[in-house]
Amino acid sequence: MTTLLEVKNLKAYYQTPAGDDVRAVDGVSLGLSEGEVLGIAGESGCGKTTLAQVLALTVRKPLYIKEGTVWLEGQDALALDQETMRRDILGKTISTVPQGAMNSLNPTLRVRNLAIDVIRDHYPQITRAEAVERARERLELLGLPSRVLDSYPHQLSGGMKQRVITVISTLLNPKLLIVDEPTSALDVSSQKVVIKLLLELLEKEIIRSIVFITHELPLLRHVADRIAIMYAGKLAELGRMEELIFSPKHPYTQGLVGSILSPEPGLREHKVVGIPGRPPDMKRPPPGCRFGERCPERLAICAQEPPAFELQGREVWCWLLQEQVMAR
Amino acid sequence: MVLATARAGNGSLDGAILAARDLTRVFGAGRHANVAVDRLNFDIKAGETVALIGESGSGKTTTGRMLLGLMPPTGGTVYYRGADLADFRKRHGLKGYWRHVQAVFQDPFASFNNFYSVKRCMMNAYKLFPQKPPPAERLARVREAIAMVGLDVDDMLSKYPHQLSGGQRQRLMIARALVIQPSVLIADEPTSMIDASSRAAILNILLELRQRLGITIIFITHDIGMAYYTSDRLFIMHQGKIVEEGPADEIIRRPQHAYTKRLLADVPTLQREWIL
Repeated sequence: MTTLLEVKNLKAYYQTPAGDDVRAVDGVSLGLSEGEVLGIAGESGCGKTTLAQVLALTVRKPLYIKEGTVWLEGQDALALDQETMRRDILGKTISTVPQGAMNSLNPTLRVRNLAIDVIRDHYPQITRAEAVERARERLELLGLPSRVLDSYPHQLSGGMKQRVITVISTLLNPKLLIVDEPTSALDVSSQKVVIKLLLELLEKEIIRSIVFITHELPLLRHVADRIAIMYAGKLAELGRMEELIFSPKHPYTQGLVGSILSPEPGLREHKVVGIPGRPPDMKRPPPGCRFGERCPERLAICAQEPPAFELQGREVWCWLLQEQVMAR
Repeated sequence: MVLATARAGNGSLDGAILAARDLTRVFGAGRHANVAVDRLNFDIKAGETVALIGESGSGKTTTGRMLLGLMPPTGGTVYYRGADLADFRKRHGLKGYWRHVQAVFQDPFASFNNFYSVKRCMMNAYKLFPQKPPPAERLARVREAIAMVGLDVDDMLSKYPHQLSGGQRQRLMIARALVIQPSVLIADEPTSMIDASSRAAILNILLELRQRLGITIIFITHDIGMAYYTSDRLFIMHQGKIVEEGPADEIIRRPQHAYTKRLLADVPTLQREWIL
């Protein structure tokens, strides 16, 4: 498998007017192979959207890269100049459906105008009529009604809007699609059709990989190959979907999995506790494990040093596991 | 299963704290008429926890607004303890009604005046009372309510809304409702903007209140898992109608209506395969 994207020790901070840094992403390393769906999950404020922005190469002030590297198909993506990036990378290699994208469509323009803009911005030689034709073909290929091109955004349902945006974002066949909470504003039934479309884009090889940002683990259970759990700017656990959902090792992952309220018989029989407390202030994160304060199983060392231990074969950033392995 | 519509008309209201008879709301008129809520009939008993479940556009929020007196029905009636809500309003005013029926809404970020301290927000709840309790008792009740939702009282009182997380704000909204000591609490998507990890804590607080104070709780939600966890009875709404109602366990284990079946199948869960 070829590596599409490789992030090493990435630190992406927001600079506040007072000159403080908010350490939204604070030392994250991960890789993404071609053909893979990587889920990134965590609570609000854990840095997952910031990480998505860096991966999408759309870093803008007050966000800046403090440290680390992002390699995209073997080239240093952070070293690219703005113009090259806009012309050759964005939309063609990496495309993004940001959070709330379906609500940011221009209400006064028909959907086809957006499709024309996306295509002609990268390929000015293509005429408007040709661009519309391409969009029409793509919609039909994916089993969506091509009449949506003549619609205004308010004429489409939420699920349709989100699908249309996804199709337009992938018109230029990007290798990587980054989707940030693509379904959290949708009903379960609309959510399903959006997910179906994403998987179809992969299957038809229109796109090769997906980074899927969400706070909903049950969704990732059905779409992701690997899942990264983020907490307070760092990775808590990264592993294959099955391992992570069905035998989570990090107390934080265990807490997240335990918080799920599934409409399945038996749910009412025991109390769901969730995770008490709230994440730390990202201007002054604690020196030790960032989850330490809320962790039901914390050790003395957790308050002092960040977990430096990696379980063999699985990335679990937790002192507890080191204790367990040492004890054996 | 007895469908609610079978009891249409002027059925007995015995023991129901809140009831609807042929409750209807139409938006627009003539060719553009849109029936958002279509002849609902239900009885909610005192102390019960129920959930009105539906997708966007099902009419669940419109129903909630009519139950709260925030929107007049275009047909049918809401009854509070056997009294027609329209009459009750005439006699006691809407504020008089809200002393008994309170709400917690979806967006904890829109529910607070950002220029008021938590203390002031909470004390303002007494505006609903024609005769306020003495000042010392007022503060004591606010403090008690904040403690009841599991927050640090002294720390909270001096804070401003922007210093609080969504979960903390939503707990304060519940505490504010408690100051009023209502008999019914309508919770419209109270946890949909809250992280999954804090969701359970907030729901558990609501369930405890029900145990301790006997409050009747009506959840309005699209989240069938949340509804199942919290409620005794579920009402499934679709296109303005209640298509299925019954004990929560019954509906989850043996859904009858095709719509309920689809709704349950569409929720991604950890255990069951999700047929795309």
